[in-house]
Amino acid sequence: MNMSERINGLKRKLGFRTFTFAGGIHPDDSKETTCSKSIIDLPPSEEMVFPLSQHIGAPAVPCVAVGDRVFMGQKIAEAGGYVSAHIHSSVSGEVVAIEPRMHHTGVKMNSIVIKNDGADELLPEIQPKDWRKMSVKEIVDVVREAGVVGMGGATFPTHVKLSPPPDKKIEYVIVNGAECEPYLTSDHRAMLETPEEVIEGLKILVKVFGLQEGYIAIETNKPDAIAVMEEYAAKETEIKINVVRVKTKYPQGSEKHLIKAVCGREVPPGKLPMDVGAVVDNIDTCAAIARAFMYGFPVIMRIVTVSGDCVAEPSNFRIRVGTNVEDAIKKCGGFQKPAAKVIMGGPMMGISVPDTDIPIVKGSSGILGFSEAMLHGKVKQNCLRCGKCVEGCPMNLLPNVIKEALAADDTEKLEKLNVTDCIQCGSCAYVCPAEQNPLQSVRTARAKLMKQKQEVKK
Amino acid sequence: MSNLNVNEKLIVTESPHVRGRSTTSSVMFDVVVALIPALLAGTIFFGYRALVVTAVCVLFSVLSEWCWCRILKKPSTIGDFSAVVTGLLLAMNLPVTMPLWMAAIGSVFAIIIVKQFFGGIGHNFMNPALAARAFLLTSWAAAMTTWTEPFTKLSFWSNVDAVTTATPLSLVKEGATGNMPSYINMFIGNMAGCIGEVSALAILIGAMYLVYRHIISLRIPLTYIATVAVFTFIFGGRNGFFTGDPLLHVLSGGLMLGAFFMATDYVTTPYTKKGQIIFGFGCGLITAVIRLYGGYPEGVSYSILLMNVATPLIDRFTAPKRFGAVKEKKEKEANC
Repeated sequence: MNMSERINGLKRKLGFRTFTFAGGIHPDDSKETTCSKSIIDLPPSEEMVFPLSQHIGAPAVPCVAVGDRVFMGQKIAEAGGYVSAHIHSSVSGEVVAIEPRMHHTGVKMNSIVIKNDGADELLPEIQPKDWRKMSVKEIVDVVREAGVVGMGGATFPTHVKLSPPPDKKIEYVIVNGAECEPYLTSDHRAMLETPEEVIEGLKILVKVFGLQEGYIAIETNKPDAIAVMEEYAAKETEIKINVVRVKTKYPQGSEKHLIKAVCGREVPPGKLPMDVGAVVDNIDTCAAIARAFMYGFPVIMRIVTVSGDCVAEPSNFRIRVGTNVEDAIKKCGGFQKPAAKVIMGGPMMGISVPDTDIPIVKGSSGILGFSEAMLHGKVKQNCLRCGKCVEGCPMNLLPNVIKEALAADDTEKLEKLNVTDCIQCGSCAYVCPAEQNPLQSVRTARAKLMKQKQEVKK
Repeated sequence: MSNLNVNEKLIVTESPHVRGRSTTSSVMFDVVVALIPALLAGTIFFGYRALVVTAVCVLFSVLSEWCWCRILKKPSTIGDFSAVVTGLLLAMNLPVTMPLWMAAIGSVFAIIIVKQFFGGIGHNFMNPALAARAFLLTSWAAAMTTWTEPFTKLSFWSNVDAVTTATPLSLVKEGATGNMPSYINMFIGNMAGCIGEVSALAILIGAMYLVYRHIISLRIPLTYIATVAVFTFIFGGRNGFFTGDPLLHVLSGGLMLGAFFMATDYVTTPYTKKGQIIFGFGCGLITAVIRLYGGYPEGVSYSILLMNVATPLIDRFTAPKRFGAVKEKKEKEANC
């Protein structure tokens, strides 16, 4: 046990109620527009698009052909390797094309296009499964078959996370309910409206790792979610569920920083959470795991927050994967002022898209429409050396020094500044009064070092 | 294509897509606001001439910044309010009897020599206002150490032969502790001294505003003041160790103003947390040494300037611990 872990334990004994990490920032959370709005089911589009790469790892390989009729829930693409995930149709209908289509990253990506027949005819094989009677291997197989990936946005295939090498003993299973990105309230609503799915998912995870207890970490700005989860935790008889209050601070929901807050352990540079005995899964991922057993459903839908100042009626939706983003925006009353920027995900780490004619994928946690007024009009000025970026950096980097070293083309210095540790949370860029955008320098520095390494290898 | 109400071309940038509200101008403006109580206190105790000196300093600071940008054909930077802050801070550090032309020269020195010669805002290695004060003190020592009692009537053009008096710290230096103002007078600022430094109360109000607005952290000011208090208590007494008067040292001279407004200047102080503590301690130590053993009665300006120079070195050796690095080290030790 290291020092900070002991301190964490002591704090818990002394009755401290909230836990966190050092650094971080306090952006305006702007969640009030959607945090009290119930999740609405959004009807799927007429034409559904399923990009073959909705996850980290190898793209999936289509296992249907143009002209095939598919059921809702039917597998349409096979995982392209171990670190990859299956893709399932979220509607019943006909495969009309397998061709490159626009994707939220701004490039065209090979996608399966299905014409929705509106019948929602479910694949007959879809049946609830009892995980209590299954072995760990069988459970992981079900999760893999369901195509579950990290639905907080990272989209790392979950079955890989659930199969750590035998020498890595997992001691902490943490459900990530921090939801520290401003605007997003999808996890918050899921905890309020489908708590049984979250709890069931956690119980399955706890069984997979052979543990007796699990953790749900929630930021203190969601007291209603904390209350609901505590209520369920108190009722729970099979395992012990610890609801951990974590400080409302960005990026509290970062995997490494959530582990730091809950366990007091720090994931070493270049290592994975499993190296410190922890596994973190997002709320929606946990619910997806639960649905794979409770109803036998693969990942064919997810919860998405549609918000931003342009959106007439910001809402939370349960959206089928493959649905056109424009349909979701229209359901919210469309854009009431011209949108200058549309973001998939949160405003801190999301991706701004060049086109709204794109599908919802497994990792889409939010759609934000920002008008001109929301774009910051900050002008770049000299660095004040105020140190706000240093104070805010959750990875304890020196963003200002990295920027200087990059500007001076001092590669030797850059190598010592741990640029690869950066989690691209954007805290430094957010707080900088002089609009220096240190994150952009860190990205450039990182690319530069990588390129150099490759050249050395040659 | 889409029939949504979107601009013809959506803007695509890398994340993050939002920014905090704080800008260089907003930060500097907050400092200006925070200095208003100290300026008001100075005006109440020393009369309207305090305002005149301040106006001259601010005017010449801003003018010299504007001229510099004009001559170098650079976009004007007076909009960031940093020149206003420099002028204000310099005025706070001057006695109310200061001849106006000297105040003007000090302002020009602060902006042109200390700030712009090194590349403008963000690049100066010393606090411009303090460097200008040091320059004025060495150039016109008499004018810089001519003190008047509060509520003395002064003429508009400097009145150096007005009834002069001594600051509490020079009384200490001379050993004439009999005429010392009471602590309460020292706290509210009813004593001789520079325009902005006398009223601890006013400075604290301003400092609270800066802390509330997250402009400054208390790491440097508190370490600084605590260090001065401890050292003057231990070594400052006439009857041996631990008989000093820390309260006198904290409330008199430029310590409060220096600790909250000058030692927290972003540009010239460390950006690491550890570094800030070291900076505060160093300032405190040097201040106490100058006050107790040095030739000058006051050492706040010099201590901060000296530590300003040490700042790059402090930053270099106090980089925060790499996230997750503790374990790595232990593993290495275990492997050895």
